[in-house]
Amino acid sequence: MISNDVIELASYEIMKQAAIDIPADYLDGIKTVAEKESEQLSGFVIKTMVKNYEAATEDRRPMCADTGLPRYYVKVGDKAQFQGGFTGIERAMRSATARATHDVPLRPNRVHPLWRTEHNNNVGINSPEVEWSFEPHVDWIDITTVHKGGLFGTDYRMLFPGDGIDGIKRFLLDTLISFGKRGLCCQPAIVGIGLGGSKDTCMQLGKQAACLRVVGDRNPDAKIAELELELMDIGNSIGMGAMGFVGSSMVVDLHIEVGHTHTGGMPISVHTFCLSSRRATARINADGSVEFRTDPKWFTPYHRRETISWEGK
Amino acid sequence: MLEQVSLDLPATHEAIASLKLGSVVYLNGIVYTAREGVYDRILNGGSQLPEGLIASSNVNFHCSPAAALQDDGKYHIGGVTATASFRFSKYLAKWLDLTNTKIIIGKGGMPAADYKSILAPRGAVYLTTVGYGTGALLGRGVQGVEAVHWLDELGIAQAMWMFRVKDFGPFLVDSDLQGNSLFAQQGELVNKNIESLYNGLKAPALHRYGETRDRKDELM
Repeated sequence: MISNDVIELASYEIMKQAAIDIPADYLDGIKTVAEKESEQLSGFVIKTMVKNYEAATEDRRPMCADTGLPRYYVKVGDKAQFQGGFTGIERAMRSATARATHDVPLRPNRVHPLWRTEHNNNVGINSPEVEWSFEPHVDWIDITTVHKGGLFGTDYRMLFPGDGIDGIKRFLLDTLISFGKRGLCCQPAIVGIGLGGSKDTCMQLGKQAACLRVVGDRNPDAKIAELELELMDIGNSIGMGAMGFVGSSMVVDLHIEVGHTHTGGMPISVHTFCLSSRRATARINADGSVEFRTDPKWFTPYHRRETISWEGK
Repeated sequence: MLEQVSLDLPATHEAIASLKLGSVVYLNGIVYTAREGVYDRILNGGSQLPEGLIASSNVNFHCSPAAALQDDGKYHIGGVTATASFRFSKYLAKWLDLTNTKIIIGKGGMPAADYKSILAPRGAVYLTTVGYGTGALLGRGVQGVEAVHWLDELGIAQAMWMFRVKDFGPFLVDSDLQGNSLFAQQGELVNKNIESLYNGLKAPALHRYGETRDRKDELM
């Protein structure tokens, strides 16, 4: 039986890790991008960012003061047993958010959209967001937090089947160019593309593609994987680098997630996960032990299933 | 290598006049934060400037720190990161006149026209933060909080923070006293390539407003 206290502590710990320690996959990715960058200003920006990650880890302070909108993704095993029920998990994560906001400290970004009032703890109406997913056969709970800024770098469009791959390329270029100018989307970034689903699913898939898959990960569909690489090259050939300066450093990696959609449409969303790509995951085992990692492993074969039932392991 | 400059604050006119686009700047002295909350309060809400502000600092940072009040009553400043400045354009002329501010620091610069018409004529320049996520490096540069104003009324993100800083940076010089803009110059270079990126891609089946500015147009 997993206690509510263990869930709270694990959630608190990943809030801290996400804010402070850059994930290794992203750091390696950014170094690869830096090696290819031949422009002085764009190169200077990336070198400075790498120094910033080191300072954050050494000082145990947030790598970016805009600690974004802290949120959670929870994957619960069919056989997991936990005290307090699902609302207990939510209560624990809200408590962890408020404590981490004070202790790390995270910036209390969350305000009421109209009255601009706040609780100074990143907790409020519908915040932090919690997205749920399930996994057969296992008895653990995975909790991932993502800290992502929220103002720039995301867009949505209803395309149609006739728009085809050209439409996707055009919309990606539109989004990267419009938000890449002056570096408002804090590139070089991990770009996530959501294709299909309902409009809201499309947004959600693109966001998860950007935030919950690591650099180097490819979609299991070989043709989609190929498209990921092709679109990444397009992003890096715009001629725009870090901060919108001349350069080639726009996209560190590009991930596509798809969902079956309306026969008449091809909705698309594009999301950019910034230079401070903050994510951390805790696996809480049945015996109450906790393991930490930076790969959320969110898109399991079960998560991407397309059949009615599921016979896989 | 980009040129590196260290500036003591309040910055003198000579020091500001010598800054070149693309140079890397570090600051020593006092900087204050102010964004829409503070601007509205003082310029539209009738509040007075904090006493001593003009004498102690001429650097306005568009910033919301990740800060928390400790049990001992001191402030724990974790990360320090700028917010996008273009949104504050409408306040700036009045603000610079009222406060004698000469350096604006923020994210992403301001429209190039503002440098020519607002900043340069007032002897002011714009420095941009780097990469925008250098919260830890900038946090290291903050030695302490001299004062914080309107914390209860505006909250941590919008309050006016007075930071004592040392080797605070890096920042890049975006504008000079002639009103030139590094972002605008770089943007023009990037723009040369943009049209060719769309060569051969067919137009979308359904257009959007934005692609046409005429709201009477059909989008199909």
